[in-house]
This record gives sequence, C-alpha cells and structure tokens, in this order.
Amino acid sequence: MTLTAARAQRPRGRRRGGERRLAVPVSWLLLAPLLLLFVAVFLLPLLGMLERSLFDPDFTTRHYEQMVARDLYLRVIRRTIEISAIVAFATLILGYPVAYLMTRVKGWHAALIGACVLIPLWTSTLVRSYAWTVLLSRHGLINTWLVDLGLIDAPMRMLYTDGAVILAMVHVLLPFMILPLYAALRAIPDDLPRAAAILGAGGGATFRHVVLPLSLPGVSAGLVLVFLISLGFFITPALVGGPQSLMVATLIAREITTGFNWGFAAAIAATLLVAALAIVFAFNRVLRLDRIDGDGR
Amino acid sequence: MARPPTWITPGRLLLMAAGYAVLMFLLLPSLLIMPMSVGENEFLEFPPTGFTWRWYDDYLSDPRWIDPTLFSFQIAILVALLATVLGTLAAVALIRGRIAGRSLIHLLILSPVIAPNIVIAIAMFFFFAELHMIGSLWAFVLGHTVLAVPYVVLTVSAALYRYDSDLDLAAFSLGAGRVQTFFRVTLPLTWPGVVGGAVLAFITSFDETTVSFFVSGTRDKTLPRRLFENVEETVSPTVAAVATLLTLLSIALLVLGLLFRRLGDRYNAPKPHARGA
Repeated sequence: MTLTAARAQRPRGRRRGGERRLAVPVSWLLLAPLLLLFVAVFLLPLLGMLERSLFDPDFTTRHYEQMVARDLYLRVIRRTIEISAIVAFATLILGYPVAYLMTRVKGWHAALIGACVLIPLWTSTLVRSYAWTVLLSRHGLINTWLVDLGLIDAPMRMLYTDGAVILAMVHVLLPFMILPLYAALRAIPDDLPRAAAILGAGGGATFRHVVLPLSLPGVSAGLVLVFLISLGFFITPALVGGPQSLMVATLIAREITTGFNWGFAAAIAATLLVAALAIVFAFNRVLRLDRIDGDGR
Repeated sequence: MARPPTWITPGRLLLMAAGYAVLMFLLLPSLLIMPMSVGENEFLEFPPTGFTWRWYDDYLSDPRWIDPTLFSFQIAILVALLATVLGTLAAVALIRGRIAGRSLIHLLILSPVIAPNIVIAIAMFFFFAELHMIGSLWAFVLGHTVLAVPYVVLTVSAALYRYDSDLDLAAFSLGAGRVQTFFRVTLPLTWPGVVGGAVLAFITSFDETTVSFFVSGTRDKTLPRRLFENVEETVSPTVAAVATLLTLLSIALLVLGLLFRRLGDRYNAPKPHARGA
C-alpha cells in the first residue's frame, strides 16, 4: 500500500529522466569506491572469520563440536533465543499503543511523540544501558523507592539478572518496533475505519476487525527486526547482565578477551551469522529492508 | 493521514494513557541521569542535593577522559567525510545509473545495519589484529564507515528520489554537461539530504561501542569504550556527567539532521503538475 502511494507521489519527470540514465561504466565507476571498501573491510573480514572457525591450521570442525558438546554453551544459545523472543513480544505489546497513538494525533502533538521515539533511537545504546545500571543497582533509585513504599523490606539484587537484561533490552529496542508498526498503521487508508464506523462498528470492533488485521505486516516486520537485533546484542547484556546471564554475544566477547579461544569465538559468531542470514532470507518479504530509514519514512 | 476524532471516548483515553506511559518508560532513564550529574554528593543520588558543575570540571580536566573524547571526534569527522563521499557516489549510481544486480548491491550496502553487531565487531577485530592495526585511527575510521554508509545511502537516495529530474533535462538541453549539471543543479537542490546523511554518519561513529570495544587498544580508545570500562562505577557522578553530555550531543545532532531534512523537503516540494495527473 505504501509502495503504491510512493509511486504515485513520484515526480512525473522521473520516467522521462530514465532515458538519460548514466552509462553502465560510469555507474560502476561511481559505485566502485564503496564496493571496494565493503569487500576489503566487511566481506573479507567475515570470510576470514569463517576460515578461522574451520581451519586451525588444518581443516577441522572441532570448534563447532565444542559448541554442542558442553551444556553451558547450549544453555547460552537457548537463553539467547528465549530472551530475544521475550524482548520481541514485549516491545510489540508496549510499542503498539505508541505507534497507534502516533497515527491518531496531528500537529505539534504528533511531532512531540515522533521526537520521543527518534531521540532514543539515535542516543547511544551504551548511555541508555548505563542509565539502567544506575537505576537498578542495589542502592539505586528503584530499590530505594520500593523500600520507601514498603513493598520490599531490603534492597533486592536486580542488576546482573535475566530480568534486568530483558528490561533494558526492551527499553533500547522499542523504537525498532514502533517505527515499522507506525509505517504499517499509517498506510491504512482513513476511509476503511470510517466505513466501518458508518456501518455501525464501535471503536473496539473497528480496531479488532479493520485496523489490527491491516497492521499485521508491520507487526511481523517489527517482531523479526527486534528478534534479529536481540540475537547479536552485545552492549546491553554486557552491562546489565552478569556472569549468570550470558548471551551469545557476551559469550563470544568472553572467549576473546579472557579465553583467547579465537577459533571457538569465530565458530559461534559464524553460527550466529548464518542464523541471522537465514532469518533475513526467510522473512525478506516482511522486513522490506529497502525501507529501513533514519527517521522511519 | 487519519483524521482524529474530536470527541473523547474511553478507548481513546486508554490509548493516550498507555501510549504516554510507554513514552515515559522510553525517556525517563536517560532524563533521570541528568539531574543526578549535577548533585553535590560524591555518590549518585536522586533527588540530587545542591548543585555543582564539579563533575563536569573533573571530566574536562582529566586527560583520561579528554584524550578519548578528542580521538572520538577525530574518528567521527573522518567517518562523516568518507561515508558521505562514498555513500553519495553510490546513491547516484543506484538511483540514476544502469547497474546489473541493483537489489543485490542494495542489500549488501544495507547489511551492516542488520547483521549482528557482535559478528561484524569480531570479524573486524580478527582482521585488524592480523594487520597489527588494533587501536589505530584508520581501523576505527574504516570500520565505522562500513557501519555508517547505509544511513548516508538511504538519506541521499531519498533526496535524489524526491528530486524532479526534469531539472536535469532542462540543464542538459541548455548545453550543460553531466558533471556540470550534477554540481550546479542537482547537488545545490539535494545538499540538505547529503548533509543530513553526514550528520547521521557522525552520530553513528561517535556513539558506536561494539566495534570500538574490540578494535580499541590499551592506550588508544574511543570515548564510548572509555565509558564502558567505567560503567561498573554505578555511583560515580563523573560517569553520569559524561553520559549526559553524550545524550545532549546526540539530541543536538539529530535535531540538526532533521532540520536539514526539512529543508530538503522544502526545496523539492511536489510541483503542481506532478501532483495532478
């Protein structure tokens, strides 16, 4: 629906301008510097990582076997998938009202909500995770309030738990859910809810039977996007999570910084990369990668 | 655009309440840190007692904070320049050129945004370690440019896409060459998009933590990496001061980027003939 709209808005000269497209050699010449950078600093390092996971120095699958041989590693992988799924659904539940509200207001009100969503998106993940370490620490704000309110007797250990990781990740990744939801909700023609209302549907019925079903592409795009980012999320679990709540990314970092087990770290990272690629290709239709944009347009 | 109903219904009230509660959750943690960073107490507390700039002075006078800050600025400026030049050229080729396998190349350029951060970070770590470039300026610049370029390509593509290419044809018909047309007609009308992309590239680099975590050396590190090492001190007001400054910088840059974008929209407002048929 948005695609059709975008096509209709396209300046008319565009089609005729197409006749004056750049020649093939010129096009590739313009693209060449960027492609060179990507091959040298992106694709080559990724291939190097794959090689490191499989050769040590001769071909071996031992790093991959190590991953499934120990209970600890399997637990970390399972925990990562579980936490990512919980985070994805939690951001959906929290993000939907915000995205829906954004389509229902206008003027300064809409601009205000937009700013509230965009500012966190472009604020450092590190700083936002750090804020949670302050709030959740033993003598932090939340413990102090809970004790003052008499809800708990003594400060609880909240930091360095799975719960803290989930809370902070939901906070950090929420904008990645709100923006695709908003894009889908905004694409619903205003006439449809109005038609439903004219036919006698109440607000609740209109939402359930018209708005919600039509927003499902945004729901799945948001779920996949947040799940994908969560799988390889490093900063937040590293800060808010403890040794008891390792995730795949923090495990990889531990193997590199303390274990010096580079081949094994490469094997976990390669597995993560393949999983992410599989998800992207499976859900390419719902993700619409060409539409991820700085400000969600 | 949906027309909001003017009457207040219970459903609408509920929606407003839920929406604003979530927005509070989104904003409050960063906002709470700000007043805490100007409290007089040696330990972070809320509400803060007194008012002092002392922790900001501590930050500004400590080379262990200032050196990484300057290093981060140096990296981010180079990344903004490099990513903007490479990204703009690529966007022109993708929007205006004849490229076989366009969508595949588009996917490749966007992939740093969605590929797991940790995977990119350790792949680059192995790569730069083999080249003995850990902690070197160019390791950060090249690594961050890969992460920042997608935002430049997207922003510039959007600006070129909205641009009415009849103007190019007009320039051609008046005898301007292709290069001349680009620099004298296309670029003057799309530069807000290009600058907006540069601003986003700058923030991406300045805030980047995962790649920096692995590529940093013991001596040469970026500000986020330095902050990361000190975050364990959850009570230190100096860390809160640095966090506050980082947040304010991001907000300022984002506003700047959006202003340029707005400017770009005004330059390329739909023409009457384009809207009609």
